[in-house]
Formats: sequence, structure tokens, C-alpha cells
Amino acid sequence: MNPNVRRRRFSIASAAVLLLSAGLVACSGGGKESTPPPATPAPGAASSAPAPSGDAILIGHFGSMTGSEATFGQSTDNGIRLAIKEVNAAGGVKGRPIALKTYDDQGKAQEAGTAVTRLITDDKVTAVLGEVASTLSLAGGRVAQQYGVPMITPSSTNPKVTQTGDMIFRVCFLDPFQGWVEAKFARENLKATKAAILYDQTQAYSKGLKDFFRDAFEKMGGTITTEQAFSGGDQDFSAQLTTIRGTNPELLFVPGYYTDVGNIAIQVRKLGIKVPMLGGDGWDSSQLAAIGGDAIEGSYFSNHYSFQEDRAEVKNFVEKYKTDYGATPDGLAALGYDAARLLFDAMGRADSLDGKALAAAIASTKGFKGVTGSISMDANRDARKSAVIVQMKGGMPVYVTTIEPPPL
Amino acid sequence: MDGIAVGSLYALIALGYTMVYGILQFINFAHSDIFVLGAWISYTIAVGLGYAALSTAPPAYAGVLILLAAMATCGAVGFTIERLAYRPLRKAPRLNVLITAIGVSLFLQNVGQLKWFFGTQPQRMPPVLDDHVIGTLAGVQFHSVDLIGAATALALMLVLDWLIFRTRLGRAMRAVSHDIGVASLMGINVDAVISFTFVLGSSLAAAAGFLYAMKYPGLNQPAHATWVLLGLKAFVAAVIGGIGNVRGAMLGGILIGFIELFGAAYLSPHLRDIYVFSILILVLLVRPTGILGKPVAEKV
Amino acid sequence: MIRGAVPVVIGIALAVLLQLASGSIISPFAVKMLMDIGINVILAVSLNLVNGFTGQFSIGHAGFMAVGGYVAGCITYYGSTLLWGGTQVRAGWISDGDLLFVGGCLAGALVAAAAGYVVGLPSLRLKGDYLAIVTLGFGEILRVMLQRTNDVVASVEEIRHASLPILATSLGGSLGFSGIPYYTDLFWVYAFVAITLTVALRLKYSSYGRAFLSIRENEIAAEAVGINTTRLKVRAFVLAAAFAGIAGGLFAHEVGTSLNPRELGFQKSFDIVIMVVLGGMGSVSGAVLAAIVLTLLPEALRGFSEFRMPIYALALILMMILRPQGILGLKELWELAWFPGRRRRATEKAS
Repeated sequence: MNPNVRRRRFSIASAAVLLLSAGLVACSGGGKESTPPPATPAPGAASSAPAPSGDAILIGHFGSMTGSEATFGQSTDNGIRLAIKEVNAAGGVKGRPIALKTYDDQGKAQEAGTAVTRLITDDKVTAVLGEVASTLSLAGGRVAQQYGVPMITPSSTNPKVTQTGDMIFRVCFLDPFQGWVEAKFARENLKATKAAILYDQTQAYSKGLKDFFRDAFEKMGGTITTEQAFSGGDQDFSAQLTTIRGTNPELLFVPGYYTDVGNIAIQVRKLGIKVPMLGGDGWDSSQLAAIGGDAIEGSYFSNHYSFQEDRAEVKNFVEKYKTDYGATPDGLAALGYDAARLLFDAMGRADSLDGKALAAAIASTKGFKGVTGSISMDANRDARKSAVIVQMKGGMPVYVTTIEPPPL
Repeated sequence: MDGIAVGSLYALIALGYTMVYGILQFINFAHSDIFVLGAWISYTIAVGLGYAALSTAPPAYAGVLILLAAMATCGAVGFTIERLAYRPLRKAPRLNVLITAIGVSLFLQNVGQLKWFFGTQPQRMPPVLDDHVIGTLAGVQFHSVDLIGAATALALMLVLDWLIFRTRLGRAMRAVSHDIGVASLMGINVDAVISFTFVLGSSLAAAAGFLYAMKYPGLNQPAHATWVLLGLKAFVAAVIGGIGNVRGAMLGGILIGFIELFGAAYLSPHLRDIYVFSILILVLLVRPTGILGKPVAEKV
Repeated sequence: MIRGAVPVVIGIALAVLLQLASGSIISPFAVKMLMDIGINVILAVSLNLVNGFTGQFSIGHAGFMAVGGYVAGCITYYGSTLLWGGTQVRAGWISDGDLLFVGGCLAGALVAAAAGYVVGLPSLRLKGDYLAIVTLGFGEILRVMLQRTNDVVASVEEIRHASLPILATSLGGSLGFSGIPYYTDLFWVYAFVAITLTVALRLKYSSYGRAFLSIRENEIAAEAVGINTTRLKVRAFVLAAAFAGIAGGLFAHEVGTSLNPRELGFQKSFDIVIMVVLGGMGSVSGAVLAAIVLTLLPEALRGFSEFRMPIYALALILMMILRPQGILGLKELWELAWFPGRRRRATEKAS
């Protein structure tokens, strides 16, 4: 037979063998990567609680550590690590320490899916924490649901996230509620009747939030003068803003992420639009003032908590966070902290740590006292909580008011 | 007004593309990354000089200083790239050089993102130029930043034009772009001319970067897609104007700036990128040598 | 003809073996890695047809992948709902769900091929650099168009009542198309890999392949000898696009992925180009090797992910300066001097 054919067959065969062995090697686990060190501090010798011992319980976190929304992932991670440090110092969960593995998803849905797959199938974590951006939580959540591993998102507010399945939970409020909160504040506190909207069409969060705000605002008697869209990362908004300016709104609603909001604010003021801006928790970052500068001064946004709130949990948390990280914690850090602690609480209550049992324990959480308020899981695995409104003053988000959810 | 401001930036960048193509017959993909570099270096220098993002505008000479510093730095970078990455491939097939250019481009983008350089977080450019509305004419606002930007760009272009068409060095450059072999036979130091071209193009791109940072102070991270698109559009400008033709590049830049902004304003802002690319494809299919280019018959 | 089918049969047999082993011997994460590798192999080998064999420079390949992925995903997602009322994966070795999936992939390949024709015909008259830019431009236009599509229709009722054009344009827009059932498994991936490799290799050693290579070496001479270069270039382009479409379909149905226009843009195209260039333009086995290495590498270097791109870029530059033909150049793995079995054939001229 043709020598080439023989050679070819041999090579296909050997390539297949190579691949198989690559697969086998891969399945025999790590050693080929350098993982971030798990955040297990030495079991407290100085604490009065008995030191946790035994195998560590491994949990995973996937977040945007790099990329344009890097502060989201980093803050959340800080919050989680603080919670782990505390719980380990107090004896761990069921006497076992908690260990953490964090993967960066670079703000991409593709990477989010890969990260969660790796956490579950390779690192065999007991539970997953993440993500902040709803688009990414959706991507990762599908994987978690597929493999039956509980996942708690600290900060994804789009309702679709928990609709993925019964393994997905969240500890923050939902966008329908957030939109309603913002509309209420706009109508009652700011007394605005006409609002214009500028939203990010590439993010599930922004699209959803603007819909909810619009519905609530109109129901409360307001009118939306126009809805304009941009794509995350855009630099020039003059076309949209000129249109907005022409409709003479009293308020500009921008439910985007801090990176874009900062840029937008600059151009808003540059075009002479003087009305206040209002936004959602996507604004929450120390970088917002850094980018937006005085253009963002005086604008409002809704958030999960304010570091100035007068509650014991808040004061405690803020102090510890400042000691460990040297900065004031933002809402995401607080939520990361709460999500982790809620997870540990559920782990303590669960009969076993296998997926279904743990999920059931999480689902039955009621009245958990978090930094971001009292958290109870409802039938949709969402949290029912209040929101705060803050205003940018002197580059910091200053507490304005709290808005409770309407009675059931 | 925005159209002119942005268009003149495109023109500055397009000049670099067109000069390199004229001389070496290849598209320097990495050129737009010099533009990004220019913007970020301007930021770094400004911050380094102590002008925080939110302070009041520093004196005018600071702006000029930063501009010149950025131009110098990027010129040096351009020189280095040419020396290290392109010169060894002078005799290689075009495809290889193209790939190398892509490699350089990716390298610049992603190295810029590393912690030791610019990081992955967007930053705010300090307001080195004070921005205020100078006047309004028929509903169009004229911002000082735009005017200064356009004026600077124009000045640079005029200097370049003078350089290329009225000096001996310029004549050498034109000679090399006509025929590299004969030029060297005539005693022109081809290597030096090429290096100089790169330095020139890079410093213009840096100037564009600085001006861009003035206009849009929220700088996205260096590898962000928005930068790449900007560079591509500038390339389109060069092509439309007739690649290899310096005046064509200027014309093309302004044209593209206008087309993009009018399209965004009157048609749909989301399809902004499509307009530019569609024009590119149209031009390439219909009149590949561009508006001011000479039709070149394919040999054989 | 029968002899020609032998490699494919062997390939499919291996694919079956892999599938049986998955889940038991091979861990789920390794399965995902293997699937990724397979998909990248198809992408790299297909791009090689254009960049390597005919020497044209296309950097919009991910666009065809996107086309295939979206078409296939659309068919599976909406089709499943219309046929079976839901998007659960239908169990079984080759279930009816699988058939829908494969049908979707093939349809995706067809549409991608058509797109390849539309893009290729005008563009391939241009010279190297311009072609690169135009392919890039087309890729970007496709991306923007995909971002403008409507949200995915979620409820079963709505899907039943919606008309075909509406379904065809409800691709999730910029939020991405999620919810596509996970049909991709090792069997399908490697079955397609086997087909792709066979086609590529047979093509290379046929007169077609000779013609392609002649276009790459010296287009003017090829024309002079009577080869219709444009027609052949377009054919290579269309074929490459078709295979990219299949890869896209496989990708869309893989666990843990969701189709998002932003992530199927020029960044992905560059990734594929790097594989082809490093492996050796014109070498099928080179593309395979490069695909394997460049799929595993990012995972292995997860801790250094920020250095990945600078290192890739540097590698690209150095490659071009020091060894522009890539690792294997035009040769295949088994043509290397030290490969076992070669010495015996040293006197025979390779066909």
C-alpha cells in the first residue's frame, strides 16, 4: 500500500494515543499549575476557640480579578477571605477549616464557564461563590447546576440568575426591586417626573435594570423621555447624550458599571447637562470617583449597604476590613463577606456536605444577620432585603436613606 | 466639530501607516498600539509630574511638555521596534512581516496591561488642557479642547508636509518610497531614512494619543477592544486617502471622522463600527488605491 | 474509495473509545480539555487550508466559527423546544437529540460555507495585506450584527408561536446565546476531527493540494501554468469556513460555554492564526500539535494568565525572525528525518 497512507495511519493512531495519555495525565490532577494559595491562616493558636482540624473544606470563587471590572472581583474576594479568616479562627465549620480557591474569569463569559468547570470537576469544591456580573453568573451557574454543586452569587442582581436551577442562590436583592427602589427615590425624594435613560446593551444587568426602573417609574406617574443605549467600553456618547439633552429630562438614569459611568459623567457635564444622575450598584467602586471626578459629584446610586450605616455588624466589618486591607469596604466586599458567612452557616446546619443537602440547608436560611442586612431565602432562592441610596460627595459614597421592600 | 477633532486624530495616526507603507510596502499593525501607548504615557507623565486627576488645570507649558515627552518616548519605541522586529525581515516574504507586525501589536497591548506598566484598570487623565466652551454656532458647541486638538494636529501635519516636500530629508524619504534599490544606489542611507520614518510616524501617533486623552479622559485599559478599533479606523482612513500618499492620509482621516460621527448621530450609534468597515470594503473593491492614490497596474 | 475511508474509520473507532472512557477513566475536566483541544484542532487545520496551503492571509476565521455556532445552536435550542418541548439533553448513544445536534452542526457548516463564499469571492482578488484587513473587517461586521439580534426567546409557548424569521434573529444579542443544550461529547468532537484531518491530508497530497501550494509559492507562475487561482483560493476559503462552522457548532454545545459575540471576534481569530503560524503553515500535523499545546498551555499557566498574551506575541515575533516556516514548516510529522520508519523510505521520493 501507499507508504504515505501507512505513515498517515500510524500518525493518526499515535496522535490519538498521545491525546489519550494527555487526558489521563490531566485527570491525575494538578501539578501543572501554580494555584493561588488557599486562604487558610494558621488555625488560631491565640484564639480561645478550639483550632479546626481535619481535612479542609474547599470552596471555590470565580470572579473578575483582571479586566475592566477588576475591582468587583477583588473586593468580593477580599470579603470572602475575611469571612474565612474569621470562621477558621473560631474553630472552622464542624471542626474543619475552610480553604479557598479563586479563579480569575477576566470578565469573560467563556472563562467563567471554564473556571467553574475546573473548580467543580478538577478541584472538587463543595460549593462555589460568584460572580458579580449577572452575565458571568449565568454562564457559571449553568455549569454548577449541571454538576449539582450549590453556588451562591454575592452580587448578581438579574432575576434570571437563580432561575437557572435549584442549586443557584443569591444573597443580594434583585433588580426588579432595585429598579423600584430607584424609581421611588427619583419620584419621592428627587421629585422628578421626567427621566432619560442611558444603558449598556452588552450587559444583562444594565438591560434588565433599565426595564425594571422604567416600569416602576411609569407606574409611579413618571415619564421616560428617551432610552438610549451604548456598548460597554465605548468612549464617545455624544450622539446619545445630545439626543437626551434635547428631551429635557429632570434626571438621567444610567444603570451601568463604574468604568463606563465615570466616562459618561464627564461627557454629560461637558455637554452642559446639569441634572443629577442616578444609577445602581454597578457604580459601586473606589474607581468611580477616580474616573468620574467632579463630574460624578452629587449623583446618586442605589447600593446594598453603606459603610456609614449605624449597625453593629456594619461597624464591626468595616473596622476589620480596614485593618486587613487598608481601605473602606465597598458593597461588593460586604456581599462577598455575607455570602461566605451564610454558606458556612448553612454548612453548619446541613446534614452532610453533599450538593442536595447543602442546597437544602442554604434554602432554609432565615433572618441571617449580614452586614448588608437581614437575609432570608425566599422560594426562588433570592434574598429579601432593603436597599440604601448613597450620594457621591467629595469622592465618597455618602449615605442618604434606606428603602425597605414593600410589605408582602 | 467633534468630527473635525476626531478626524484630525485619525489623520495623525493614518500618516504613520501611510508613511511606513510607502517606504516598506507593508502595513504596520503595531502602529495603533503606539497611539495607545502615547495616550497612556501622557497619563503616566502627567501623574508623575504631580498633576492629580481632579485638580485644576496646570499651566499651559505643562501640556506642551507632556506632549513632547510622549512624542519622544514613542518615537524611541518606534525606532526600537523597527530595529529589532522589522529590519531582520526586510528581505522576507510579506506574509511574515505581517505576522510579525501582529505579534508586535499584541505584545504592546498586553505588556501595557501588566502591573509594572499601566495595569488593567481604566484611569482618568488629568486635565492638562482646560476645557471650556468657546462659542456656539448653529447649535454646535465649540470646545477649547477640540480646537486646540485640531489646531495641534493641523500644525503637526503642516510641519510634516513641509518636511516631506521641501527638505532634502523629505526627498530622500520619497525616493526610498519610490524604489528602495535605486535610492540606495544613489547614495541615500536607506536604513537611516527608514528608521527616521518610523520615529516620525510614532511621534505623530503619540501626539494623537495625547490629544485623544485630552478629549476622552477616561482611559480604558491598554488591550481594550476600543483602542484596537480606533487604530483600525485610522488605517481605513489611510487606505481611503490612498495608502502611500501623505496628503491622502490627512484627507482620509478627516473624512472618516466625519462619516463616523454623522453616521452615529443620524443613523444608529451602535452600528458605528460597521460604517467605517463597510466604507473600507467598498473602497478596496472599487478603488483600491484610494482617493488620491495612483492606480497601479499589476505587473504581468 | 474504500481505502480512502480507512483513516476515517480508524478515527471514528478511536473517537468511540474516547467516548467510552470519558467519565470513567478520564475525569470530567480532562474531558473538557480534550474537547477544547479537538475543537481547536479543527479550527487550526481549517485555517491552515487558507493561510498555509494557499498562502492567503485570513484573520477573520472566528467569524465563520460564530456563524456555525449560532446556526447550530439556534437549530438545537429552538428545534428541541418545538419537537420535544424543552431543551434537556436526550440521553442515549446516538439519540434523536444527537441527530438534531449533528444536523444543526452540518447546517452551520453550510451557512458558514456560504458566508465564506460571500466573503471570499470579492476579497480574494486583493493582495495579502488588504485581504487581512478585509477579513478582519468582515469578522467585525459579523460581530456587531450578532450583537444587534434580539433576546433569546425563553418560554416554550412563545417559541411555538413565533415565526421562523423571528426565531432566526433571536440569538441573544450582546448578552450571548445561553441555554443551548450540552450535546457535545468526545465522540462527536473526535469523529469530526478525524474527518477534518483526513480531508486535509488527502487534499494536501492530491493535485488540488499541489495547486494550492503553487498559489502560495508563486501566484503569477501558477496563473501562467493555467491554474485558475481565484477559483481555487475561493474553494479553499469556503472549505475552511465550513469546517470552522462545524467547530463552532461543537463549541456552542460544549459544557460551560456560551456564545457571545464579543468573545468570537478578532481575539479568537488571532488565537487560531497563532496556532497555524507556530505549527507551520502548510503542515497539518503541525497545526494539530500547535492546537494541542496552545489549548493546554493557558490552563497550565493559569497563575500567569496575564503573561500569556505577551509571551504568545513574543513567540510569534521570534518565530517569524528565526524560523518563519513554523515548527514543522511544510512537512508533516512523519516526514521529519528522525521519525521512525523514515529511514527505510529514504530512497523513495515522497509522492
